[in-house]
Amino acid sequence: MTLAPETTTLRVQLRLAGPDGTDDDWFAVCDLSVLMPGRGVAALLPDGRQVALFLDRTGRMYAIDNRDPFSGAAVLSRGLTGSHEGRPFVASPLLKQRFDLASGVCLDDESVRVTTYEVRAR
Amino acid sequence: MSTTAPVGTGPRPTIVLVGHGMVGQRFLEALAERGLTATHRVVVLCEEPRPAYDRVQLTSYFSGRTPEELSVTDMEFIAEHGIELHLGDPAETVDRAARKVTARSGLVVGYDTLVLATGSFPFVPPVPGKDAEGCFVYRTIEDLLAIEEYAKARATTGAVVGGGLLGLEAAGALKGLGLATHIVEFAPRLMPVQVDEGGGAALLRTIENMGLTVHTGTGTQEVVTGDDGAVTGMKLSDGSTVATDLVVFSAGVRPRDQLARDCGLTVGERGGISVDDQCRTVSDQRVFAIGECALASDGRVYGLVAPGYEMAETAAATIAAETAPTETADEAAFTGADLSTKLKLLGVDVASFGDAHGAAADCLDVVYADSRSGTYKKLVIGPGGELLGGILVGDADAYGTLRAFTGSVPPIAPEQLVLPAGAGAPVQLGPSALPDEAIICSCHNVTKGAIRGAVTEHSCTTVPEVKKCTKAGTGCGSCVKVLGQLVTSELEASGVEVDKGLCGCFSQTREELYEIVLALRISSYQQLLDRYGRENARGGDGCEVCKPTVGSIVASLAPTIGAEGYVLGGEQAALQDTNDHFLANLQKNGSYSIVPRIPGGEITPEKLIVIGEVARDFGLYTKITGGQRIDMFGARVEQLPLIWARLVDAGFESGHAYGKSLRTVKSCVGQTWCRYGVQDSVRMAIDLELRYRGLRSPHKLKSAVSGCARECAEAQSKDFGIIATAAGWNLYVGGNGGATPRHADLLAQDLSDAELIRLIDRFLMFYIRTADRLERTSTWLERIPGGLDHVRDVVVDDSLGICEELESLMTAHVAAYRDEWAETINDPEKLSRFVSFVNAPDTPDPVVGFVPERDQIKPDLPLLTIGTRPLEGSAQR
Repeated sequence: MTLAPETTTLRVQLRLAGPDGTDDDWFAVCDLSVLMPGRGVAALLPDGRQVALFLDRTGRMYAIDNRDPFSGAAVLSRGLTGSHEGRPFVASPLLKQRFDLASGVCLDDESVRVTTYEVRAR
Repeated sequence: MSTTAPVGTGPRPTIVLVGHGMVGQRFLEALAERGLTATHRVVVLCEEPRPAYDRVQLTSYFSGRTPEELSVTDMEFIAEHGIELHLGDPAETVDRAARKVTARSGLVVGYDTLVLATGSFPFVPPVPGKDAEGCFVYRTIEDLLAIEEYAKARATTGAVVGGGLLGLEAAGALKGLGLATHIVEFAPRLMPVQVDEGGGAALLRTIENMGLTVHTGTGTQEVVTGDDGAVTGMKLSDGSTVATDLVVFSAGVRPRDQLARDCGLTVGERGGISVDDQCRTVSDQRVFAIGECALASDGRVYGLVAPGYEMAETAAATIAAETAPTETADEAAFTGADLSTKLKLLGVDVASFGDAHGAAADCLDVVYADSRSGTYKKLVIGPGGELLGGILVGDADAYGTLRAFTGSVPPIAPEQLVLPAGAGAPVQLGPSALPDEAIICSCHNVTKGAIRGAVTEHSCTTVPEVKKCTKAGTGCGSCVKVLGQLVTSELEASGVEVDKGLCGCFSQTREELYEIVLALRISSYQQLLDRYGRENARGGDGCEVCKPTVGSIVASLAPTIGAEGYVLGGEQAALQDTNDHFLANLQKNGSYSIVPRIPGGEITPEKLIVIGEVARDFGLYTKITGGQRIDMFGARVEQLPLIWARLVDAGFESGHAYGKSLRTVKSCVGQTWCRYGVQDSVRMAIDLELRYRGLRSPHKLKSAVSGCARECAEAQSKDFGIIATAAGWNLYVGGNGGATPRHADLLAQDLSDAELIRLIDRFLMFYIRTADRLERTSTWLERIPGGLDHVRDVVVDDSLGICEELESLMTAHVAAYRDEWAETINDPEKLSRFVSFVNAPDTPDPVVGFVPERDQIKPDLPLLTIGTRPLEGSAQR
């Protein structure tokens, strides 16, 4: 995660490998300017996985797996975001379970968690 | 339910209950509370085809309560306690020597304890013609259904024999059915048992003002019939005649004691099964009688539900003490009961309590009467200043408090208790002045102390919780108002602040946010959150509750507050739920469904063909909806603009099936084609649908227009429903189907087209203004103080002076309406969101797939499980 300055030429990148990887492990998905604060978009990774990408009102970006573990549908990018006790979350548009955008943990059922991705703008 | 119950008692002793009315049901609950349903086999024989229902509220059937809503029987309770309930199978004989009951079906059940709760039957005076076609009694739901059917088919006038409590109930029912109604009472005044001369006079004036004709001091001599044997009128004992198509006998009830007589149990001279203080029959230790069929030890038969409940408790407690005699003796006894009653008859409050007629020695009356308002109040005061009883007609608000003070000296002068507010009566005696031992709910004998305890010790914070915890207010319901005051004052006293805030981000209710947005013309969610949100939520990202709520408020008010009219415009885009965000309905596998608007359900063959072609070309599943439209399922997000381009091109527009907004206005085919129709319901439905389309509201809005009283469009189950009359339109509001069905209430009658539309404008805007988030009109109507009457005051009589504003808000909405889909497909920027992946816009989501079923598609559910780990031990919500 990084604080993105206000500019339209930056590209949003997702980290594919572990934290000790090289720069080549970052995968560019879109221009920063297409993200809308408070909403998400879906991105497709080379291996077929789907990522939900969010921008909050302060310009911070988050990326989690797009699949809703409760329904299996790839819809988390279409949920509403918010913050609960300072933790940013997205609520699944299907049955409204909330997922912490930073940790991937479901706020309504801590035994459930979705994968999170590092994201940056370059 | 078993119909082959074994004969004789098994290993567990058997209790047989004959009769399943309100008292019978109370008895079963009392058994269960004492654990007797576990130790005993309990068999119930019930004559009526339905389990116990609220006979006290019978008349409310005509104001829209269904037989199901009248039920007081929780079938889960019956099942959970293993009670064998036999409906429609009355007990026919009792063999006390062999301890067996035989039912009509031939079922024979042995008993250890027999409880008779057979209730009473209506007394029909032995006048000639009493059995003619068109003569009815008023006792059961079946009686009501028969009266309703006959009245609708062949009656314009009706007469009720009996001007007592039940007679007035029946008269109210006939009036509700639209009949010109007569009441014939033998006594010189109405409700002779409950009220005195002054109260009767106040009641008479009010009832006559409603257009009913009252004949007092005269009896019915004969029911006159026509050639076909049906009722045409009545001859009265004063020589006059009354022309009527229908007669309801409601001249009192008599105990149903025939079963008891037949098996040799002692009955009173004027009927009623003689019982002792424990409700045990005086003739047989194993047989009890409770409720209206019993002649209590004080020599009276009680026709009210509260004493019946007390008898049910007494009998159950006595049986329990017998079963486990070592237990601390449960010395229950029924030796007589308070006859206090509070009723709303024909819309008039009537209450009497304690020594209402001033029978005690040396008592004094304090009387307040106002003939203009039809109010009459009398208090009976004893020589020591103690309140002995009273009568309240026209305004019985003080009933709960006064009854609770009966027997004690009230803390303020008695005249202050009956004078209206503002007439030199500055003191309002609230329930907080009551002692803890004061009985608040006389049906279930619940004291003020018990209600306070529910709040302070059992953490109840709402009236429904207190009702559940204490049973208070679940009988006749007359104490619910006092209950509410007590709960509020108790919560305030214990310093509990009830947080009515919308969510964790806003401490305001939706209504308060609406007022803020409207008054300050705020169209930015962030601005609203940062300025009016809770301290810890300001500067944050809000939540999934308040965002769509604010989005909806801003959309409702958009033209007035100068916000972007397009729901996905600017900052509003981030507030909408996914359905609104994609202008389509999300389905379980992540695909969407599409519902074009088909106003009034009217559609040309050409348009039908377009829908067919679009569905075929995109491989969509099609289904006719309940709202007279066509739903197309299985569209991928990136297909939505392509599909809508075709639909818009053919003249379709958004149906808003995805929004908390007007859905559909159903219609029947109406006067144009139907031989019964009296108005053009299709045209009205189309007009209304086009007027209110796109209107964002706290929840979805459904409507329908029926072209005649046959109601084929089911308008009474809608948020606003319209039924044609010969003179115009009747407007019903607050109806609902779904999980909690509610019949709509009549708001206004015989309206012209313009009057109808003006009233709906006001009603909808008032609802949008004051409802909570996701609160349908049905729950809103029940929640807001004053209910339907208040809404009528506001939108019909303009009591708040806001109607002009409500109308102008609607005018602005109508003028500003634009089709969201047409706007979307014509704007490349708006279209950019309709992609599967931001980095692969045309690659379909691999999880969305379909398999065939019945010549169409359905979601390929196994695709949803591939690549996701199974959830362990987590409860799905």
